[in-house]
Amino acid sequence: MGATELDRIIAAHAGRKGALLPMLHDIQHAFGCVDAAAERAIAEALNLSRAEVHGVVSFYHDFTPAPDPRPVVELCRAEACKARGVEALVDAAEAAAGERVNLKPVYCLGLCSMGPSARVRGKLYAGLDEAELVNLVKSA
Amino acid sequence: MTLVRISDDALAVALGADELADAFAKAGCTVERVSSWGMHWLEPLVEMGGMGFGPVKAGDVAAILDGTSAKAIGKIEDHAFIAGQQRLTFARAGRTRPLSLDDYAATGGWAGLDRARAMSAEDVVAEVIESGLRGRGGAGFPAGIKWRTVLEAKRAEKYVVCNADEGDSGTFADRMLMEGDPFQLIEGMAIAAHAVGAQQGYIYVRSEYPHAIAKLEAAIALAAAKIAPFTLEVRVGAGAYVCGEETSLLNSIEGKRGEVRAKPPLPALEGLFGCPTVVNNVLTLAAIPHIMTEGGSGLYAQLGIDRSKGTMPIQLAGNIKHGGLYETAFGITLDALVNQIGGGTASGRPVKAVQVGGPLGAYVPPSQFHLPFDYEAYAKADALIGHGGISVFDDTADMGAMARFAFEFCAAESCGKCTPCRIGSTRGVELVDRIRSGGKVMADAVEALPQMHNARKAGRSREEELTLLEDLCETMQSASLCALGGFTPYPVMSALKHWPEDFGGEA
Repeated sequence: MGATELDRIIAAHAGRKGALLPMLHDIQHAFGCVDAAAERAIAEALNLSRAEVHGVVSFYHDFTPAPDPRPVVELCRAEACKARGVEALVDAAEAAAGERVNLKPVYCLGLCSMGPSARVRGKLYAGLDEAELVNLVKSA
Repeated sequence: MTLVRISDDALAVALGADELADAFAKAGCTVERVSSWGMHWLEPLVEMGGMGFGPVKAGDVAAILDGTSAKAIGKIEDHAFIAGQQRLTFARAGRTRPLSLDDYAATGGWAGLDRARAMSAEDVVAEVIESGLRGRGGAGFPAGIKWRTVLEAKRAEKYVVCNADEGDSGTFADRMLMEGDPFQLIEGMAIAAHAVGAQQGYIYVRSEYPHAIAKLEAAIALAAAKIAPFTLEVRVGAGAYVCGEETSLLNSIEGKRGEVRAKPPLPALEGLFGCPTVVNNVLTLAAIPHIMTEGGSGLYAQLGIDRSKGTMPIQLAGNIKHGGLYETAFGITLDALVNQIGGGTASGRPVKAVQVGGPLGAYVPPSQFHLPFDYEAYAKADALIGHGGISVFDDTADMGAMARFAFEFCAAESCGKCTPCRIGSTRGVELVDRIRSGGKVMADAVEALPQMHNARKAGRSREEELTLLEDLCETMQSASLCALGGFTPYPVMSALKHWPEDFGGEA
């Protein structure tokens, strides 16, 4: 993890009220994870114990302890998408993903009237059928 | 030059609105990006001179421009789905550009704030109480009473917090409002700040809504001068469903684990950073500008039934033919919403169940479709209207699997602070599995240990497992700290009650 970039992010937020979450988001975005070194640096800057910082990092799904270089396909598996048949697409999507793609369940993208829906690199897709989803995964 | 209006709502974008806008621009049209009308099955919806076309693909552009398109739906305003609604909170939906201050002011924007600022805080609170507006996040607590508590709290530092952590599946009204009419939310928050004496506001948006976050940040920058000295900041959630609960949301803004706080103290007295805080849902705050216009609170109070006043932006979701946003006065039945307005299922198969109120809401069978949309009527039927989301399921749905999923979701998203939710949810998954496989034959390894004096050494029959499930649900319902553990029994018990055959029992 680049120390200067990390220091810059921490310094940018340190004076704010409730600085920890915005800080963690920026670190996760910049480095793809919030690792032990980052936790120590944050704890130092915010006058917290490392346990307190780790407690927050590990609580939220968005923060990960190690980077995952694989492309991510987020597939909504919540009730409204289940009602529109997403579960029947999962086997094919998993087969297409294999070890190469991180096929990650997400609980609601807010496109509940036109599911099944997915998100790849920030781009949203709705009304997916099996072929479209498999294509998304293959081209991820 | 032909003017074409296409929504830039995330749902329209997910269905190809951006590519479509490019195609129209290439064909020489001027393209205006507006909010969504909420007719999702017609997205991307194209508007030309008030006439609508949808759902449009890039290949349809030429036919639309030369007037031969088969995708024409006639005048959008007159479409039955729009004409049947009573839109107050979503009055601008489809009609304005989300980040245009001119469009906002031209459609009555800031009138509520200007009027409120000319009034005393007490009078503003009195009008909100008079309107009968109740919290739209799910609990249905009277908004004006909450505001009065904060107003009367004697502290210099106070906050207004908007709960935009719309994590419930089947709901998208908050997202549509933030993306389509962000100034209305900002105006509502500025009015709340004036009414309670707060200086700073936060909008806590879930990270799954990047489009809404971008719109809000741009809108706050544009409206900063108008709402000053009140200041507003967006805070982004981090993927925890439980942060939609108001006290865990406050912890999250403070930079802590999103654990639920015990109440009392109420957030209205000791909320964000220990200060008196108004926490309201997006739809609650967005209803305020209309209520604060001249005569607005009286009109609002006339709408609806019993103690459910005003309008509710209902979200038609799941397996439904005509899904989207339907704002109407309280009192409408599920039959009207699902079968008439929604046109039945998208799959064309019979409706089996609808889940009202998100993952923590009960599954309602068609035999109860006469229920009026009303907080108390639903509570009486062991259901809840929650945030107004309705997810429709057809007859292929396995309700036993949905009950299991409710426990599974609760286990994954529990903040871990209280035992009934943290442990009960996991035990619930195991119980549903055992019930569906016909009951336990033998005691499990832990129960067989000599230290487990009170555990039964013999297996339980299916009937005994069912009694245990009811016990577990009762414990979770009455002993959980918040609605996550407390309401998970709703989908479970309603599924078991109405569809016992899906649990391996007899119909």
